[in-house]
Amino acid sequence: MFADLIFYVFAAILLFSGMGVVVARNPIFSVLFLILSFFTCAGLFVLLGAEFLGLLLVLVYVGAIAVMFLFVLMTIDIDFAMLKEGTASYLPVGLLVGGLMVTELVLAAKAGVFSGEMVQQAMPVPGDVQNIVAIGQVLFTDYLAPFQLAGLILLTAMIGAITLTFRRREGVRRQNINKQVLTRREDAVEMKKVKPGQGLV
Amino acid sequence: MELPFIELLTWDNIWALVIIVLKVMAITLPLFGCVAYLTLAERKVIGYMQLRIGPNQVGPKGLGQPLADVVKMMFKEFIIPSDASKVPFIIAPMMVLIPALMAWAVIPFDEGAVLADINLGVLYLLAVSSLGVYGVLIAGWASNSKYPFLGAVRSGAQMVSYEVSMGLTIMTVILLAGSMNLSEIVEAQRGMWYMIPLFPMFIVFIISILAETNRAPFDLPEGEAELVAGFHSEYAGMGFALFFLGEYANMILMSAITAIIFMGGWLPPVSTPLLNAVPGFFWFSLKVAFILFVFLWARATLPRFRYDQLMRLGWKIFLPFTLLWLVVVASSMHIFGLVN
Repeated sequence: MFADLIFYVFAAILLFSGMGVVVARNPIFSVLFLILSFFTCAGLFVLLGAEFLGLLLVLVYVGAIAVMFLFVLMTIDIDFAMLKEGTASYLPVGLLVGGLMVTELVLAAKAGVFSGEMVQQAMPVPGDVQNIVAIGQVLFTDYLAPFQLAGLILLTAMIGAITLTFRRREGVRRQNINKQVLTRREDAVEMKKVKPGQGLV
Repeated sequence: MELPFIELLTWDNIWALVIIVLKVMAITLPLFGCVAYLTLAERKVIGYMQLRIGPNQVGPKGLGQPLADVVKMMFKEFIIPSDASKVPFIIAPMMVLIPALMAWAVIPFDEGAVLADINLGVLYLLAVSSLGVYGVLIAGWASNSKYPFLGAVRSGAQMVSYEVSMGLTIMTVILLAGSMNLSEIVEAQRGMWYMIPLFPMFIVFIISILAETNRAPFDLPEGEAELVAGFHSEYAGMGFALFFLGEYANMILMSAITAIIFMGGWLPPVSTPLLNAVPGFFWFSLKVAFILFVFLWARATLPRFRYDQLMRLGWKIFLPFTLLWLVVVASSMHIFGLVN
């Protein structure tokens, strides 16, 4: 009962922040609303008993990916007026896609996809097994090969992105960290005995 | 119209809520006291290390100094720069402090003395501690001023970099303990504290928490000489006080995490009847105090890193090293048959 109340509160915040992402005038606010919606989503996951997924969502999306978004947006120079130009011309397409998705959702709900029995079927884990243990067992036994493959593909994508954007420039002075670390006092400082009245010759 | 949730308002529910609020108060209020006296301890410790006395005017031996500071902060004017983005500017200090307080929900102070004994305690800590960076980023952006902005960008990059090595370090501990529940991790250290078999990881973790909390020698985000005060240059009065509280609460939190995952939390150093009779909370506080002392010690002795050195240390040294050590720990556990 109490969980229901919390669900409605979270769902309301989620919808509100989702709207915020789209309508916010400043892109920085859009990202902040996006973070709020990630966080609320994590709350909903926890409410459904999927604590691991909820915390993972916070850790990966809020803790890493959204920080990247904020970083990029903060460091580029944005012309707000330019951004808003021509928004109206995209409106019909946006409404079409949105309407299509709503129709699909309503049809799915009519067909009973979200009914209690279907949800029960989707949760085959017996009650006393810990969330993370269950995920680990499935992931590293039944789906080991696809899991490793996904990791390899991501690695390849990362290396590809780095090699595509990497450019070697000539004539750039670089720091040699090893040389800096290995520098001794004797390399830079020399002690001289200076006699009064004479100075260094 | 009938309110749908009116039946929730039973005395049992209200009573449960009151108890939780009281428990939260019992954790946060002493924590604020600790933060206040940590600032005094910092000035005293650094003072003595530099052959000074430190604050000694307010109250006996200067013990009233934190109170004087609090009163001063509260009565200062809170200035909002005219070009600042107002709402984020006001929210940012809270977003630094709140995650630092939220994390205390899963910290076990003694056997059974924990607000929420959840199975994914370690993951919760990592998730919550990754939220603190937003307060800093938003503060720097909302101030609409170049020094805070540079400080925020530096701080964001720094906190994200060192979270990686912290996470991998914690992973080795989870491997050994076979659990993500903080109380179980402490219990698993009854025979030997993890800082002994995992000594290199312990050192990496200590250095990473220094960087994660933006403390010296990694306090580049607030480097006085080049960035005035970094991301909180434009803050005065209570806004600044909240950043200050957040930074010190984070220091205490990170020390508590280190004490729990590496130094056996509430367990005494050796299990003898005499030492076991001492309440576990005493041992826990002692360990936290020791790591806090290391924080202050580092600040008093080490010069500040250069920014490229900081990034090099995080990505080119700590990341490969912790990854390698994770593999070493996992394979040695397999070889010696320690898999639980």
